[in-house]
Amino acid sequence: MKDVSFGQYYPARSFVHKMDARVKILLAIAYIVAVFLVKSEPEFYFLGFAACFLFVVIATVCSRVPFFKMLKSVKAIIFFVVFSAVLQLFFNKKGTPLWEGGFITDAGLYNAAFITARIILIVLGASLLTFTTSPVEIADGLESLLTPLKFIKFPVHEFALVMSIALRFIPTLLDETDRIIKAQKSRGADFETGNVFKRVKALIPVLIPLLISSFRRADELADAMDARCYSGSKNRTRYKKMKIGWRDLIGTLVLAALITGVVLLNGVLGVAV
Amino acid sequence: MALLQVENARFSYDKKTEALKGVSFSAEKGDYLAIIGHNGSGKSTLARLINGLLTPSGGTVTVDGISSVDKEKCFQLRKRVGVVFQNPDNGIIASIVEDDVAFGPENLGVPREEIGERIDFALKAVGMEEYRKSSPARLSGGQKQRVAIAGVLALKPEILVLDESTAMLDPKGRKEILSVVKKLNEEQGVTVIAITHYMEEAAEARDIIVMSDGEIVMRGSPEEIFLKGAELKKYGLELPYPAYVAEKLKEKGVPIDGVVLTREALAEKLEKLCE
Repeated sequence: MKDVSFGQYYPARSFVHKMDARVKILLAIAYIVAVFLVKSEPEFYFLGFAACFLFVVIATVCSRVPFFKMLKSVKAIIFFVVFSAVLQLFFNKKGTPLWEGGFITDAGLYNAAFITARIILIVLGASLLTFTTSPVEIADGLESLLTPLKFIKFPVHEFALVMSIALRFIPTLLDETDRIIKAQKSRGADFETGNVFKRVKALIPVLIPLLISSFRRADELADAMDARCYSGSKNRTRYKKMKIGWRDLIGTLVLAALITGVVLLNGVLGVAV
Repeated sequence: MALLQVENARFSYDKKTEALKGVSFSAEKGDYLAIIGHNGSGKSTLARLINGLLTPSGGTVTVDGISSVDKEKCFQLRKRVGVVFQNPDNGIIASIVEDDVAFGPENLGVPREEIGERIDFALKAVGMEEYRKSSPARLSGGQKQRVAIAGVLALKPEILVLDESTAMLDPKGRKEILSVVKKLNEEQGVTVIAITHYMEEAAEARDIIVMSDGEIVMRGSPEEIFLKGAELKKYGLELPYPAYVAEKLKEKGVPIDGVVLTREALAEKLEKLCE
């Protein structure tokens, strides 16, 4: 169970891996904006999405993350995709029915395809961020990006620390869950049979020891932090330094090109129609 | 004045029963002191008092002239006294080894370049320099505890307190930690205070303090302490295994003189008898 890591970081030395975490987070947000900018009129959404897709493919190649890993991350949310597509199909009342008396309309079909493409593109972009940026880097990047919030007394440093500690404890707690499940099984607990309610109920003897031990761990962690002179963000230095380099510049330029492209496609085709 | 001076220290968790009933002892620079005692004897409480995690309700704890009663200076005290706890899983803060070792110096506000040097030094001291970029989740128990020790060493403490730091490790991990600690004490001159319930570990120290019911009941060199097997038994403690074997042999009439603390010493004495 140790290999289940949050965000599924894929360690490699690549162009994208070496980019600054802050820039990558901002670019991921900008990319999602680009996907949302693609207009939904059925006549020309394909081109905008094609541009976004091309961008993701190029970025994936530059990141050395295998394509099947990317597909796996889409597979993880396939239920969600199908669910929203089906909703569009059956509940869209606009447009003309595809067949006499049918309840599926051409507009519904278009919208279903549109939503599906949008979700998949967003997931691809977001998973590229988590594949190429370790949880610690993301936490540090967020801390740095949120620094302006300090002016409204938002505890930025504490927020980032809480996040990175949570990430650090995920494998530890997974191990512990595994151990508790085995311990309960050896005492005759049954997790595999019965209906949904019975199975959920069977998890209670797992969750309660887990909760109690988490509190104990938190106590010990607090002691260990105290013993190592932790006293908040005041007068604290940082070992890891984030640097923006030429890779970040290139990444930003490519993404700017993507957004310009999407906006132009929207405008030009909009005029043409 | 001694590096560590504990004078008539008292402490109570619930105001009714006292966990420590007036404890006094001192340690000099370079000492290797083991504190032993059965469960609830107050030895872990003592570790927390030395580090300033707890403040004594009576008496004083001073390190290098700094009293732990002074809340303002608590930070200065903690900088000098590093504590390694029982479970390394709950003491490691970051998900990469070097980031975790950096945590202490970062808290002290050490400049960036020097943090790098301190990480080099600390990881080398515990023999974990190859694992600098690893994730602690993938290390063995002994390796994790070595990382935890490195995290404390990066603070450059004068006193290293091990609060049952080997209790959760397998025999191999325990050996790893013990040899690291011995090396630190001998080569770097770090004062070590090892709280343990493994008698064989205590036998490695130069000095032993025996605690029972919140009081110090015995103090002396391992040879002196383990000569008094009957008295130790009264406090719920046993002899290290080699000493126990030697005692049983003596009862059976085998002429073994003095106290035997290690397997090697026992083997040597028996060989001599056979000649």
